[in-house]
Amino acid sequence: MIQWTKLLTLILIITTIFTAVALSLPVIVRDINLGIDLQGGVYVLLEAQVPEGGEQETEAEETSQEENKNLWQKITAWFDGLFGGKEEEETREISNEDMIATIAVLRNRVDSFGLSEPVIQREGERRIRIELATDPNNPEQGQQAILETIGKTALLEFKDSSGKTVLTGANLTEAQAVYQADEFGRQVPMVSLVFDSAGAKIFSELTASHLGQQIPIYLDGEVISAPMVQTVISDGKAVITGIESIEEASRLANLLRSGALPLELAQLEVRTVGPTLGSDSLTTSLWAGLLGLVLVMVFMIFYYRLPGLIASLALLAYGVILLDLLVVLKAVLTLPGIAGIILTLGMAVDANVIIFERLKEELRNGKTPRAATLAAFDKALSSIMDGNITTLIVAAILYALGTGPIRGFAVTLSLGILCSMFTALIITKAMMKNLVDSNILKSNWLLGVKK
Amino acid sequence: MNFDFIGKRRLWFIIALGIIAFGISFLIFRGLNFGIDFTGGTKLLLNLPGGFTTSQVRDVLAGVEATDANGRTVTLENSYIQETVGTEGQEVVIRTVPLTEEEREQLLAAIAKEWPDFSDEDIRNIENVGPVVGGELLRNALLALLLASIGMIVYISFRFELKFAVAALIPLLFDSFVVITSFSVFNLEINSPFVASVLTIVGYSINNTIVIFDRVRENLRYNSSFKALPATLNLSISQSLLRTINTSLTTLITVGALLFAGGETLKDFTLPMFIGIFCGTFTSIFLASPLFYELKVRENKARA
Repeated sequence: MIQWTKLLTLILIITTIFTAVALSLPVIVRDINLGIDLQGGVYVLLEAQVPEGGEQETEAEETSQEENKNLWQKITAWFDGLFGGKEEEETREISNEDMIATIAVLRNRVDSFGLSEPVIQREGERRIRIELATDPNNPEQGQQAILETIGKTALLEFKDSSGKTVLTGANLTEAQAVYQADEFGRQVPMVSLVFDSAGAKIFSELTASHLGQQIPIYLDGEVISAPMVQTVISDGKAVITGIESIEEASRLANLLRSGALPLELAQLEVRTVGPTLGSDSLTTSLWAGLLGLVLVMVFMIFYYRLPGLIASLALLAYGVILLDLLVVLKAVLTLPGIAGIILTLGMAVDANVIIFERLKEELRNGKTPRAATLAAFDKALSSIMDGNITTLIVAAILYALGTGPIRGFAVTLSLGILCSMFTALIITKAMMKNLVDSNILKSNWLLGVKK
Repeated sequence: MNFDFIGKRRLWFIIALGIIAFGISFLIFRGLNFGIDFTGGTKLLLNLPGGFTTSQVRDVLAGVEATDANGRTVTLENSYIQETVGTEGQEVVIRTVPLTEEEREQLLAAIAKEWPDFSDEDIRNIENVGPVVGGELLRNALLALLLASIGMIVYISFRFELKFAVAALIPLLFDSFVVITSFSVFNLEINSPFVASVLTIVGYSINNTIVIFDRVRENLRYNSSFKALPATLNLSISQSLLRTINTSLTTLITVGALLFAGGETLKDFTLPMFIGIFCGTFTSIFLASPLFYELKVRENKARA
């Protein structure tokens, strides 16, 4: 007797998988966050530099620092000690407020490029990681220009004749790139500045005391313009001249608008991936991944017959659930991340292989398909769980240790393990149980054994 | 299938030691090609419109000055230059000492002077890693391997027993060693993906071994006598053999697809993984259970 409810349940599960694939694919393609190695973009790791002369510290502060260290810092310090490692540098001279303010300024600067989903994150005590995916179809977002903009301190200073700084960019309310006539009547690019009322007052005094003299304007300690004061300027407006192009002017204006960085930053690590290289590696790895998936499915169906087909459907479900999760969690997919997916794809197949080999064994021992299926899942459970949990431990350690790409690998690895356990132990099981319970199989050949 | 995996264990140990000796000699005589992720440095991948020769690039580099790690001013003449095939034909890889922003701009300006059509578009890739970050990466990689090993020993001891944990860990370290050696044999550059590929192999290999040990654990419930242990171990390996082979085969299919069809970017990553999975399959069959048996023999002698 064919059990129609069981058969219908099986068909329903299969339909759900295909619907999920059909509905998810466009969303995944549209919304998945690609790392800069896949899409092209800029990656910068910055470290705030300790300001000169700020290194006195009392002993009381040092002991409190020791207590404030988290577990991770203690482990790394211990590990460094094993190798007779370097003396630890004191890092606390940089205040938390300055770091937060620096990140805010960087965010302003980055936002001016109009990139999608820029990542600006503090890493540890005094490092800032910036990841910007550039749009391959928008060459305006030049990577070199971005790099130049990010690192500049952009401290604007007006100095008097004695060399004392009297006015800084902190008093600016506006900075804009404009074309204006210079003293010879030519239209040249300039940056026009507007000061706030306090700044306007200082500027008016400065111009009054320096009539007929030059006022040098400094950017990050270098003179960028030294205009001659012709009249007293009391409306708080000034211009910076001597700029080569309007692009240069707008970059400078943008820097001044977002303000100076409270801290000096050193670029520890810089990576740019050109858009062509990025999209190339994405397309080839996607095709290769797809090819691998199809080959695995062919092998499974050829070797395990009907259960192999069910496992292939479960693999589809695995792929869709994993990629959907990556989209929902806004995880970033990188090349190492793809490797993590392949590894867990292997483990998802493995769980099915363990179950089906058991199934064959139980069938050969003379069990009915129903009893054999239950026994197979039951006996495979401990080995699937232990294998996956051990790998999960590796993934957790990688996540704790890693930065950037390695962390992305750990995320896809752990998500992939969870998905592969779920699909093998829940989805494959539900399909297999309903299949054998429906009584549609006339022989065990379809289950992978001889007769 | 009745193959005596345990009885021939000395042979497997000798083969493993032979591979270790081979690997060590490669590591000593050829060494490892550490990339900028570990050593610090600047790496540029450029398209030079109109073509180039290596000596032409070297001449341009000779005219650019930079400050090296010791604070001396050097020219970039001694940088590593390599021709490579990119999307629009021939491209060049230049690896130099770590460059500051200004030095990098000077270098690009010098190149734009020699190749007038050169624009920002032709900069395929720039990577710059300071020496501090490079050292940290190596430290973190070693630390990750150490902590992962401890975590696995604790978990396996808890679920099985300590001897299983030790017997599972040694083949794992062997697999990691083979992966590291393969970087030397194929002269691959060691960068951050290296860490990921070694740890992937660790995860894969431990999974393989645990599936076999799970079967051992199950069979020991039926017969736990020491005398029958070789037979029990042989039986467990045979029973899980098809599963081990099929799983490795499917994973090798996916990794192989990426290796042979996935393009150059992935190769540094997939080649060691392919070798590691291949190796991990053999070690979980031929090393893990025999090692477990050796440990048990010792325990038994101590007791007697």
